[in-house]
Amino acid sequence: MLTQIANAAYQVNFQEPATKLAQTVYDLHMMMMYVCGAIFVGVFGVMFYSIVRHRKAPGRVAATFHENTTVEILWTVIPTIILLFIVWPVTKTVVAMRDATSADITIKATGYQWKWGYDYIKGEGEGIKFKSVLSTPREQIEGKAPKGEHYLLEVDNHVVVPVGKKIRILTTAEDVIHSWFVPAFAVKQDAIPGFIRDTSFRAEREGTFRGQCAELCGKDHGFMPIVVDVVSADKYSDWVAEQKTKMAAVADDPAKVWTMDELKTRGESVYAQNCAACHQPTGKGLPPAFPALDGSKIATGPKEGHLDRVLNGKAGTAMAAFGKQLSDVEIAAVVTYERNAWGNKVGDMVQPSEVKALRQ
Amino acid sequence: MNTATTTANGHSVGHDDHGHHPTGLMRWITTTNHKDIGTMYLWFSFAMFLVGGCMALTIRSELFQPGLQIVRPEFFNQLTTLHGLIMVFGAIMPAFVGFANWMLPLQIGASDMAFGRMNNLSFWLLPPAALLLTTSLFVPGGAAAAGWTLYPPLTIQLGMGMDMAIFAIHILGISSIMGSINIITTIFNLRAPGMTLMKMPLFCWTWLVTAFLIIAVMPVFAGAVTMLLTDRHFGTSFFSAAGGGDPVLYQHIFWFFGHPEVYIVIIPGFGIVSHVISTFSRKPLFGYASMVYAVAAIGILSFTVWAHHMYTTGMPVTAQLYFMYATMFIAVPTGVKIFNWTATMWRGSLSFETPMLFAIGFIFLFTIGGFSGLVLAMAAVDVQMQDTYYVVAHFHYTMVAGALFSAFAGAYYWLPKWTGHMYNEKLGQLHFWLTFIFFNMTFFVQHFLGLAGMPRRIPDYAVQFTDFNQISTIGAFGLGLSQLLFLYVVITCIKGGPKAPAKPWEGAEGLEWDVPSPAPYHTWEVQPIVK
Repeated sequence: MLTQIANAAYQVNFQEPATKLAQTVYDLHMMMMYVCGAIFVGVFGVMFYSIVRHRKAPGRVAATFHENTTVEILWTVIPTIILLFIVWPVTKTVVAMRDATSADITIKATGYQWKWGYDYIKGEGEGIKFKSVLSTPREQIEGKAPKGEHYLLEVDNHVVVPVGKKIRILTTAEDVIHSWFVPAFAVKQDAIPGFIRDTSFRAEREGTFRGQCAELCGKDHGFMPIVVDVVSADKYSDWVAEQKTKMAAVADDPAKVWTMDELKTRGESVYAQNCAACHQPTGKGLPPAFPALDGSKIATGPKEGHLDRVLNGKAGTAMAAFGKQLSDVEIAAVVTYERNAWGNKVGDMVQPSEVKALRQ
Repeated sequence: MNTATTTANGHSVGHDDHGHHPTGLMRWITTTNHKDIGTMYLWFSFAMFLVGGCMALTIRSELFQPGLQIVRPEFFNQLTTLHGLIMVFGAIMPAFVGFANWMLPLQIGASDMAFGRMNNLSFWLLPPAALLLTTSLFVPGGAAAAGWTLYPPLTIQLGMGMDMAIFAIHILGISSIMGSINIITTIFNLRAPGMTLMKMPLFCWTWLVTAFLIIAVMPVFAGAVTMLLTDRHFGTSFFSAAGGGDPVLYQHIFWFFGHPEVYIVIIPGFGIVSHVISTFSRKPLFGYASMVYAVAAIGILSFTVWAHHMYTTGMPVTAQLYFMYATMFIAVPTGVKIFNWTATMWRGSLSFETPMLFAIGFIFLFTIGGFSGLVLAMAAVDVQMQDTYYVVAHFHYTMVAGALFSAFAGAYYWLPKWTGHMYNEKLGQLHFWLTFIFFNMTFFVQHFLGLAGMPRRIPDYAVQFTDFNQISTIGAFGLGLSQLLFLYVVITCIKGGPKAPAKPWEGAEGLEWDVPSPAPYHTWEVQPIVK
């Protein structure tokens, strides 16, 4: 599958379907192509016959007819009948596609500017949660390094699901509308802030399937891919176990008092995942839409103001409220990092307990 | 040139000073003459066509290969947004209003449009709107960057460029509503004696339907962007769930405007093409009455299908099915039109001057766009295509091949009437073939990109999409440069060339061919009588 996608430079049809419904959609599309093709050949056959045979020539006299009730009724009724034949199978497919009930596993996909968050909320793997961010290096995007095999279609954390099980995807978003789109599953569902929508799929074969956000969501719309690994039931159980251990290992002790160095190290990675897309790894930003943090009034001013901006965002701009996305530790770390990175040398630090207090 | 004595057809007679208008710049600023205003509309739309085209070429340059080379992603989004807004509201709509201004009074035997001063104002509202849109690129935060559909909440985040776009849309809306009122009044009240509605030239009919569509939907769009404005600045939350609103509400309102809008930009083209096909087939239009009914049916149906743009927003299955059936049904009246044009050509005596080439090109390509529209109408399949390049290909086949090709057909068809000279036929045909070939090169391959899953409005793409994008970019440059040839042909035609007779096309019918070429400043001082 991987090599197939990579080599499909001149692919002229849908990606190879990986679900029954995607196969149905593929077949519907082909049926429509044949119907359209036949009509096209018919109509333009007649037209080109006229173009060749009825062109102006010495002695040629144009006919003068300008209506014929019989043919006019025929070419209204026949297309209507053709449409009725097409509509039936499509209707069945639409009804099947919108049925997301009795799923084995339910996963919530949350769109953020510009990454996906996944929460496994029902079924095997319940409780697993992670963010999924583009992992293509900046150098490749900027043309300073050769592009990899899955350029722009690779992320740090893949969504993993078992083969043959019905997976229900709930979509929502934190900031603007995104859309969760995996072509091989024939799944595309808008993720709308404040609302939850759903869609579902049942993958028929194992493999890695890649898609991209399909709703213009701002600057990095082109850089938020979706990668789904479909694996065997056993492998899936292994993955769930592995995730659970990993999550337990990195879970933060709420009572812990952090040192400056710990906060800065943790903060740097939080910054890279959540802030660098706009404010840049150098902290210089992309003014005027995305201001510099290096030397900014907020990042070098009182820490309450700084914390407030990170927790609650700034209305009317792309600055999101990270209070809902990040934990107390992550916010404390990233604020501490921003106040002490690049040219900023404020020297103070924020403890997770302070963030917790502010939230209340 | 006019020392005419008398004519049977009632254009200016008996005096030399049929111009008697201000000269120089003031002539154009203060004019209430439908021909002057029509000319200004046409030049304005061509200028905006070039501006929007340059934006498209910048977009295509960036997409020539994967990676970020020429523009930053945020600027790329501004370009796609302005390209859409400018082409729809600045290029295509004013082009057809220009045709309407020039040709409607000539075709129905009226001396001018009903409201001359308002006509002047409708035109002069356009340049400030265009200025607002283009200069918004240079304000802090840049231009609106949410696509021409301006979906919130993304539009809530943007800077003052968005407010400028909203203001521009209001102005453009006022302009086109006034234009429509003028057209409707002119058609209803100023027709020559004997010209019943069912004897009226089809171009007038298509514009009548279009004008009603404009009056019905532009206020809806104005309402939507006003709600955006108050959400942005005055603390309302029409489109914010946090305050009890719904972002999807915007989409419903927008597409209630937006779907009729795509017919607004194509229906006048149907009229032009009907005239051209009939003229160069030397045969009366087949099924005039059913053409009128089909256009009216398309106009009415266009209000009932808006949510087919929103199959992936998660609407109830019953709503999806309804919008699917209604959308597919539009194929029937559209098919009738195609069949009628084909039947008009059948057993005619065809010749292939440039207008005819563009008209046939229109039918051919618009049909492809119609078929891809039928594919997209199937909700189950649309889920795969929504917001991919397939959609980009589809609407460029309907709007570029549809509206632009029919506008070119009309321009070449009536150029002799406007300028008094024949254009260079060889160059006109060359312009057609270059446009036709490069158009297909640009947009046909985009179907494949969309099928393979490339989302639209992305500044950078995965490597497997490279080849088709390169073909598309090369085609786009060819398409863009070919239009300079059109400019050259038009300018040389204005400056000189073989003199055009009153009726330069053998098979042409209609009152406009009774007035001399170029059409004098004042025509139909005496109303013609239609038998």
